[in-house]
Amino acid sequence: MPGTLVNPEMAAAVGGELRRAVSFPIDRSDIRRWAIAVYWPEPPPAWFWDEHAAAATTHGGIVAPEDFNPFAWMTAAGPVPVSAESGGHDPDATEKRLGVQPAGLSFQLNGGLDVDYGVRMRPGDVITSIVRLGGYTERTGKLGQMLFTVFEDTWTNQDGDVVKRSRSTLIRY
Amino acid sequence: MDVPQVGDEIGSFVRRTDFANWNRYAAVNDEFVPIHMDDAAGRAASQAGAFGMGNLQVSYLHNLLRQWIGPDGVILSLACQFRAINTKGMVVTARGRVLEVDKDGDRTVVRLEIWTEDENGTPLAPGTAKVALA
Repeated sequence: MPGTLVNPEMAAAVGGELRRAVSFPIDRSDIRRWAIAVYWPEPPPAWFWDEHAAAATTHGGIVAPEDFNPFAWMTAAGPVPVSAESGGHDPDATEKRLGVQPAGLSFQLNGGLDVDYGVRMRPGDVITSIVRLGGYTERTGKLGQMLFTVFEDTWTNQDGDVVKRSRSTLIRY
Repeated sequence: MDVPQVGDEIGSFVRRTDFANWNRYAAVNDEFVPIHMDDAAGRAASQAGAFGMGNLQVSYLHNLLRQWIGPDGVILSLACQFRAINTKGMVVTARGRVLEVDKDGDRTVVRLEIWTEDENGTPLAPGTAKVALA
């Protein structure tokens, strides 16, 4: 029977704030590029890139797809140094941000997502994300002993309107 | 759109996936993770080679819903789990089926079973969604 991957420091850190980020104002071409990527190789719907087509919708203009990420590459806080050994995707990054002893696992996978949407994101919007550590669970599977970590993320716009509330699961092994 | 019935399927969103899709997605989502870029890194993570991002499966599920409800419909919620790997060259198909149809004031709210699958019908990212029709 393997021991637990969740040490006392990790358990005590549940509920802690992991990240607070503020986006740059969303640009129309950020939305266009996102739509091109997620619809590739077919063209995206015109309402994601053409102002005239978008003006005819109930939104009255371009809005971002719900899955759009306004925090990619850089937030309003500026660039973040990338560690050479991990390329910025360190499996221990969660616990390091919280200042606690990590589980020391080698790999990570995206486990799933559960999201409720509010208002749409529009060009010019500034989005704030607050991520908290939702909790840990463990399971043994074909990849061995696995650690499931839940992140709770709330996005609001510059008016305080909720854009989305999501719970995502990271699987580490 | 006519009011859907329980059991109705909502069409499909189909993409053959490889580095052409994944690299573009990495570029907009800042997701240049070695397991999505490099076959050796994928093998080191106990997979057959490099594999696609779970987040791109999420986008394909959104595209499926948006294709069905049009620009004026509302995606209220979406949930999915990543059950299988999107390998290089795989044809990924997003599908959905109506589970419930309700009224919320003047609008019709539909709960759906949604999923992505490979060429053999093996689910990759099964889940549920709730949308409001325009």
